[in-house]
Amino acid sequence: METPLIEFKDVTKRFGERTVLDRVNLQIYEGQVTTIIGLSGSGKSVMLKHIIGLLTPDEGTILFRGRPITGLKRAEMTALFSQISYMFQGNALFDSLNVYDNIALPLIETTNLKKAEIDRRVMARIEQTELTEAVSKYPSELSGGMQKRVALARALITDPQIVLFDEPTTGQDPVRKNAILSMIAQYQRKLNFTAVLVSHEIPDVYFISNRILALYDRRIVFQGTPEELENFDHPFMDEVISSLETLQKELTGLYSRRQFKMLNHVQMKRRSVGESYCIVAFKLHESPRAAGFDAVQEAIRIFGLYIDRQFAVIGGFSTRRNSNEIITMLPYSNFAETQSVMENFISDFDRRTIGRDNTEKSDADKSVELTVVAGIAEGGVESEIDAVIARAKSQQKNIGRIHYVAGRVKI
Amino acid sequence: MALTLKTQNNSKWQPGRFLASPFSWIGRKVIAGVNNLGAAAIFLCLALWQTFRRKQFIKIVRQVYYIGARSITIIMLVSLFTGMVLGLQAHHALVQFGAEGAVGSLVALSLIMELGPVLTAIMITARAGSAIAAEIGILRISEQSDALHTMRINPIRYLVSPRIAAAVISFPLLTAVFDLIGILGGYISGVMLLGLNAGVYWHSTQVYVVMSDITNGFIKAVVFAVIVATVCCYQGYFAHTRRDSHGAQAVGLSTTSAVVISCVLILVSDYVVTSLLI
Repeated sequence: METPLIEFKDVTKRFGERTVLDRVNLQIYEGQVTTIIGLSGSGKSVMLKHIIGLLTPDEGTILFRGRPITGLKRAEMTALFSQISYMFQGNALFDSLNVYDNIALPLIETTNLKKAEIDRRVMARIEQTELTEAVSKYPSELSGGMQKRVALARALITDPQIVLFDEPTTGQDPVRKNAILSMIAQYQRKLNFTAVLVSHEIPDVYFISNRILALYDRRIVFQGTPEELENFDHPFMDEVISSLETLQKELTGLYSRRQFKMLNHVQMKRRSVGESYCIVAFKLHESPRAAGFDAVQEAIRIFGLYIDRQFAVIGGFSTRRNSNEIITMLPYSNFAETQSVMENFISDFDRRTIGRDNTEKSDADKSVELTVVAGIAEGGVESEIDAVIARAKSQQKNIGRIHYVAGRVKI
Repeated sequence: MALTLKTQNNSKWQPGRFLASPFSWIGRKVIAGVNNLGAAAIFLCLALWQTFRRKQFIKIVRQVYYIGARSITIIMLVSLFTGMVLGLQAHHALVQFGAEGAVGSLVALSLIMELGPVLTAIMITARAGSAIAAEIGILRISEQSDALHTMRINPIRYLVSPRIAAAVISFPLLTAVFDLIGILGGYISGVMLLGLNAGVYWHSTQVYVVMSDITNGFIKAVVFAVIVATVCCYQGYFAHTRRDSHGAQAVGLSTTSAVVISCVLILVSDYVVTSLLI
């Protein structure tokens, strides 16, 4: 069995009389994205601070690759912490340093790199995080979203092997939240670091997480994949997940994956054997010259809302499955009817512009082109929905392109 | 973390507790005071240890600019009027005995041996010491110093050592400026306003001031620099552990404590150092 990269064994932490963590056991594996979910004030950030060494447990042990951290030699400890980067919930940017200096600080202070090399690396991160215009601004002059991106750029500047993200999307709008999560997922794939997130963004974090840890009542009550969490029967699901999912529907207009399954289940119960339904699986591919994370996420969000509006009138409901996938269910349709609906959808879709009315001036940097593919599959009462979705995805073909420019999607 | 302190004993005055058991209250205060003294001594040792690490030079130069160069104007202003009032008082007192020729030496010795180092230290405490405590305190409460720790940057090396080193460099230089301008102030009031002979003024200054007086003044300046910088950095660094307040209020109270404790320690240590040097 694979040795966990980081393991908590019966870790207990108290602040005065208050016990925040009570015999917590968890495992974090190398190269994965692990997300810790739980209510506010439940001790999620405290867990992260134990990993980085800002806090030490009152009881229990923290193991790194199977070895207790407390037993490591000073040099080994330094080597361990040098692999870890931390993105604070409140960003913790140095308000007397500008964006460039904030990002460059770890390189200037902890490496012997020459100025030119530091400059090259910092500017590369600044471009990747779309902060070029803010390079000489101070944190107080930036929006919350930009400050998050500066903190993210600073966390990644040393190419760490483990990155801890303490609520990286707090205080962001839905588009920006997904943009930040996409950015984390993309960097995680590209740099192959182990990511540990603390987040409330359910179900968005499911899209990028390999494992979910649920902290409830001072203990880890669940460890497993996002799919396994959906079948987890515990008061945590009612108290935490449901409330957060309701909020998600209000924010994005689309159902969460769990709500989608529940709706499907209700529909199934109402039907008799022989009745069919159809699944349409949409996927949006970025063009190679795609622009920023924000533009892509805004385009996907607008397109998702458009699909939801179009299919809701005929009883359909949709969910965002991965960051670039939208699954729509048409409960009372067969394949032929759905194909006809889709043909109408595509022709109606053609040469339309959807989006916000109060758009900004067109900006080449904020434009993006996406290719839309869609596939249809028919299922029956007896069919497993995941199998039908998989069939629909295997049938996907190109149905058009969407061009996003400053708040508007041209199709 | 390089140095952690559970709490600073700044608990509020509790008359009930004091009246109920005065000795235990005094005992607790003394123990807390000794604890703080020990912690501050360790804090200073760690900071001095980190001073001679790489990449410190630029940070020290920057702090010399903030603590030293930017204090010159206020030091010159204060020293000018201190010298002038000394010249005035000395002339007023000595003229009664026909000893007004000693005004120059009295002004110079008062400034070089006592007033120069002490007033310079107090002025820098008010101007730069309070800023040091507030700045480090804000970095502490806003997790910026924790961010340094997560980036493997020693917060004491980055925040404290350059300030202590810069104070040790700046205090004697500013004291020298204070002494010179003060002596000029004495000249203005004694010679230019009250009509003393300029040659007599400079001659008595030259004859009575010896090198050991100047050296002792500079020794005092260095001692005050270490005290002021350590106290101000320490108060800011542990602002978040105060029991009597939190957040911005804790930073405010730490700044006040830094200035008050520094000023008291300047005067106490002045006596101790003088008694050792005399």
